[in-house]
Amino acid sequence: MSRPVHIITLVKWVPDAQLERRFTEQRRLDRSEGILGELDEHPIEAALQLRESLPERSVRVSALTVGPAGASTALKKALQLGADEAFHLADDALAGADIFATSAAAAAAVQKIFETAEFDADEPAEQLILTGMSSEDGESGAVPAQLAERLGVPALTQATELSLTTGHLVVARISGDVQQRLDVRLPAVVSVTDQANDPRYPNFKAIMAAKKKPVTTWALTDLGVAASAVTSRVEVLTAAARPPRTSGQIITDEGDAGAKIVDYLVKERLL
Amino acid sequence: MTNVLVFFDRLDEELSGAQRELLSLAGRIGAVHVVTGADPQVVPQPLSVKGIHDIYTGTGLIEPPDAALADLLETALAESHADVVLGADTPDAVDALARLAVRAETGLITSATDISPDLVVTKQVLAGAYTTTSQVTGEGPLIVTLKPNSVESVVVPGHPQEVTSLPVGPSQQTEVLASEQLPSTGRPPLTEARVVVAAGRGIDGDLSLIEELADELGAAIGASRAATDAGWIDHSAQVGQTGVTVSPQLYISVGISGAIQQKAGMQTSGTIVAINKDEDAPVFEIADFGVVGDLNEVLPQMIEEIRRRRS
Repeated sequence: MSRPVHIITLVKWVPDAQLERRFTEQRRLDRSEGILGELDEHPIEAALQLRESLPERSVRVSALTVGPAGASTALKKALQLGADEAFHLADDALAGADIFATSAAAAAAVQKIFETAEFDADEPAEQLILTGMSSEDGESGAVPAQLAERLGVPALTQATELSLTTGHLVVARISGDVQQRLDVRLPAVVSVTDQANDPRYPNFKAIMAAKKKPVTTWALTDLGVAASAVTSRVEVLTAAARPPRTSGQIITDEGDAGAKIVDYLVKERLL
Repeated sequence: MTNVLVFFDRLDEELSGAQRELLSLAGRIGAVHVVTGADPQVVPQPLSVKGIHDIYTGTGLIEPPDAALADLLETALAESHADVVLGADTPDAVDALARLAVRAETGLITSATDISPDLVVTKQVLAGAYTTTSQVTGEGPLIVTLKPNSVESVVVPGHPQEVTSLPVGPSQQTEVLASEQLPSTGRPPLTEARVVVAAGRGIDGDLSLIEELADELGAAIGASRAATDAGWIDHSAQVGQTGVTVSPQLYISVGISGAIQQKAGMQTSGTIVAINKDEDAPVFEIADFGVVGDLNEVLPQMIEEIRRRRS
């Protein structure tokens, strides 16, 4: 019997970028409302496609989020899209967590999920962690590499294609001006771009099925992690709303607009 | 004296604009040391500039995404006693510096636009809606990636220098099956360009005028999601929330309505010029100079006028 595959997808509950986003007086992002980050639908889709590409193997997809209570809605969406189970690490000590703290918390949760997972197989499962290319609020894209560092595994970020054969993952990514095709042994952390796939829409059946899927909620103590182990290393001193851009001079073309643009660029010393 | 270690995740025959900015900012903060995974043989030429104290490499070429780059960084950090480690705002640099931050138990700040002498970092967040200042807490070094087009470039040519080869080599964790140079467009990289000409739905699949204007201005070509989804322009050129964020001196938006998704990727540009046939297009709300008109009439005149003035 071939080895099972266990994929953990990291998802984040983020303030909707289509709406106004703001900082609180504590210089933290206002997280009172949110959605599953659009970029985080891609790793879920990638996991589902890997499962569909391996019909002869048992593939489990677990969704993990680190975030406040409201983040459970992001997990719900992940389950509707097709994840099998969900894990939610919520702890007040993680409010305002930076990259360092987020990756420490996520690494502890990933280890716990892998350690406690049971499979009906003789051999241990192959392990893969999939993430989006970056969160839509922090936008650093640095968590996947930090997670990989903490887990002691390779990180292949910004993947545009991936395929899995026994023990090996093949990933396409762009490095500078070079298109790379890489082969890595699992376990590994892989972040996928929004070009990797087109996420599916959950149908009614999937939405109903999601309600029966297990969701496990943890605090840091459940993972044996002290709050001091997840302290942020970056302190935000000030957060100021930038004055919104305003409209300048708008003209309607009367046959001379091309020349007028050039006049403007010369005046502004941009030519 | 503050020591700054500059990390180059790649090194070509000439320094890129973004790399010059890194050296300029580092020089303003303190003594500059450079570390790169590039081949030690090819390193001295592009790094023949004044003000670099040390240049560190591995025993040979170490290429991203090899985690050995973090080993190299860790060793160079110890050698240079750096207070600040500075890299480009590229995924490859972020990956290596992110690992270094875990090892050094310190903070990482990406996409910075400036660092003050007392090591306070300025950056734009939430797609340019906010400006924050921040610093690292604790004893570890400050690790930062710098957004291109952020600082003035002052790099003075100098003589080739000696390279210190540190005892770090590539790991075997990842096997490179293929590595192909992407075709060169002859245009500057989108995120580093001083001028960007961006095309949207309005071009209706015809890129000829966009390319002509971009070549006239030495500009990079960007695109809205509509234009990349339609297959007219490669996805890598997509400017916006889910694509590339650009901050050029001049952004020329052509036939793009300018929905929030697109605005998020370009609203920190120096000057925005917009051409759109719809006077209600949201892009006009943020344009410094806007033309309501047919791009097929406005662009040829604009190109001709630029040529006329230059001749």
